[in-house]
Amino acid sequence: MIVEIGHYALILALSLSLVQSVLPAIGARSGDARLMETGTITATGAFVLLMLSFSALTAAYVTSDFSVLNVFQNSHSLKPMLYKVTGVWGNHEGSMLLWVLILSLFGALVALFGRDLPASLKANVLAVQAWITACFLLFILTTSNPFTRVFPAPMEGQDLNPILQDIGLAIHPPLLYLGYVGFSIAFSFAVAALIDGRIDAAWARWVRPWTLTAWVFLTAGIAMGSYWAYYELGWGGWWFWDPVENASFMPWLSGTALLHSALVMEKRSALKIWTILLAILTFSLSLLGTFLVRSGVLTSVHAFATDPTRGVFILAILCLFIGGSLALFALRASTLEAGGLFAPISREGALVVNNLFLTTATATVLVGTLYPLVLEVLGGAKISVGEPFFNLTFGPLMVPLLFAVPFGPLLAWKRGDLLAAAQRLYFAIGAAMLTILIAVALTSGTRILAALGFGLAVWLMAGALTDLFVRANFAKVGWRTGLARMRGLPRSAFGTVLAHFGLGVTVLGVITASAFQTETVTAMRAGQTVNAGGYEVRYEGAQQRQGPNYEEQVGTFTLRRDGLDAGTIESAKRFYPARQMPTTEAGIHTRWFSQLYISLGDPSPDGASIVVRVWWKPLITLIWIGAIFMAVGGTVSLFDRRLRVGAPARSRKRQLAAGAEA
Amino acid sequence: MTRKQKRLASIATILVVIGGAAALVLTALSDSVAYFHSPSDIVAKAPAQSQRIRLGGLVEAGSVVRDGSQHVSFKVTDSLESVEVAYTGLLPDLFREGQGVVTEGTLGPDRVFIADTVLAKHDETYMPKEVVDDLKERGLWEDGKGMVSKDTPEAVVTQTSGAGS
Repeated sequence: MIVEIGHYALILALSLSLVQSVLPAIGARSGDARLMETGTITATGAFVLLMLSFSALTAAYVTSDFSVLNVFQNSHSLKPMLYKVTGVWGNHEGSMLLWVLILSLFGALVALFGRDLPASLKANVLAVQAWITACFLLFILTTSNPFTRVFPAPMEGQDLNPILQDIGLAIHPPLLYLGYVGFSIAFSFAVAALIDGRIDAAWARWVRPWTLTAWVFLTAGIAMGSYWAYYELGWGGWWFWDPVENASFMPWLSGTALLHSALVMEKRSALKIWTILLAILTFSLSLLGTFLVRSGVLTSVHAFATDPTRGVFILAILCLFIGGSLALFALRASTLEAGGLFAPISREGALVVNNLFLTTATATVLVGTLYPLVLEVLGGAKISVGEPFFNLTFGPLMVPLLFAVPFGPLLAWKRGDLLAAAQRLYFAIGAAMLTILIAVALTSGTRILAALGFGLAVWLMAGALTDLFVRANFAKVGWRTGLARMRGLPRSAFGTVLAHFGLGVTVLGVITASAFQTETVTAMRAGQTVNAGGYEVRYEGAQQRQGPNYEEQVGTFTLRRDGLDAGTIESAKRFYPARQMPTTEAGIHTRWFSQLYISLGDPSPDGASIVVRVWWKPLITLIWIGAIFMAVGGTVSLFDRRLRVGAPARSRKRQLAAGAEA
Repeated sequence: MTRKQKRLASIATILVVIGGAAALVLTALSDSVAYFHSPSDIVAKAPAQSQRIRLGGLVEAGSVVRDGSQHVSFKVTDSLESVEVAYTGLLPDLFREGQGVVTEGTLGPDRVFIADTVLAKHDETYMPKEVVDDLKERGLWEDGKGMVSKDTPEAVVTQTSGAGS
């Protein structure tokens, strides 16, 4: 019964979305306030219905109702409760439902918090958002219904893919979806503005919080996914340039560009047309990602086993939205007024450089991801584009961009002075130079590239801090006043500093972990030792253990450092009988920011020894810690008073009210 | 600088960055991508030894030999021809005889394929797409049925399908 209610709610949500696709838009055209206002109710209603639908599916999972095909295929009665719940989105149908739920969540948020938006803009935004929701609901109901029943109901389910039975599944997909589905709002705003034919600095101020929110979630989602892949797959890698990783990375790159160009638009009313285009492209890349994951054109950890009709359906949605919005853009862009002028050396100029490099980098990733697919469709050879390609293309594009980052915030709007900015950065320049020299000396000049990389990382971190010091004007006003001034700085200034600093932290982690990691693969018997990263790792032997829905062979390793006991690592190979599938559970020991990573291979035929892979990964956790800095920076910036939706309007009203009382 | 010069300078910068990126992409596409080969392709026309390729097919039943440490050798077959592969390192969890596999590396002088990467599937119902397509072209695979067994019954694997039942 609950399942049928869920199914029915899904259909009702589709009907509501269809209403919302039409009425507010008509209202905005004819200037009918009541029609425009319907968007608020329908958007909220659709969200409530989808929440109901999602809860119904969750209930089916929690109670292990195997009469539902989706539950039967992806759950098991012995599975721990956490994975029963997260299993809801561990499959194509359920994750699609989560996707649409988040889409409608953002719609409802605009409906509720967008009270101060101009009525016609809000109505159009909600209508555009409803077009997307309606299309994807139609997709779910016709090709991927999670509520399909099976008769007779099987006694036991087929279990969830063991790789997904991890806390990572609880965190990674929801964060990631909040991120790239969140960009739908920027898209809807862009399309609504094009329909309206009116774009100004205020538009950028309304869009920025939504873009920032999506960006924060996407940053956290990608970082979490990377860490999950790192510890779960047992290969010790943290980024594989897998097409599906790229699918989430491309919206991140262009979303980062969008954040920066929206800043120019908000402050200087320039780059308007470009910002609109970026908003459209960013969500288009999100849609492309959805297509790549769900169409079955790719094979990867992320790809769902799918049938071709789904791919065609999503491709149609993709063409409709990308083609439609770009056509609208081509029609309307010429009618938009160009904004303020600026000199090439200026804050705007620096942000243009940021955009230039980020979008070019996005394009190279796009080429690397799609080229093999296109070549295959055209009947050419089958090729694989992997890490070497991206190292050769993406890397060189990032270096000049990272080098330019510290200059940006120190340049004045409209016309900046590069020399003055460089003078302010003397500390950062010195720190970077010193780092390079020390690194070269310590490695006796053998690792020049890594040393330069360290320099770049330190340059980014010191440059970010310089920005803070210059803004507080410590040099002139002294510590006490400086601190007071620092407290008075807008939150967005702290956001920038944190995010840019985090970027430096991530770069430091990437450079160290890739240049100085050590790897040992060897067969070990109980009692034998290997050395890695200053540890003496001793294999103590293996034993059999029984988990709730798996059995595992656990290898125990004791660590000694400088002759002292330094802990133990357990590394395991699990076997899940329901799917007849083994997984590797890597054992990880963290020391400061570095990690010792051990995964088990196959035992020798006589069972006396086992192949063990031991990595020492120096400073690897900085990769994700840097991403956390970026996400925190974005969040801090989000709470900047100036960015609060409609805050200026409300305070003006309050001022008026106060004035009337006095 | 006049406004016109400024604009020209900006456009020139943009073109340089985009042109540079395009040059990088083109170089990388000609040098650092790996072409997919089936065992029959390799037997018919061996690729140059320096060329990085992907070799895909099924792991031939009974061909896996481990020397007790990290060195493994096995044969990859498309049921017409097979190629010997040498690999050092840990094999993926789902590497099994009779199942689909994709390896990446270079062909050695003695026609043994030296793999530095071995990819197997990530879940039970997965089969590398390149392998399926390749087998389909030769009529060794049918949608919905899987491998058309010709000689080895071990080579029968189930095909990727949405309805798992």
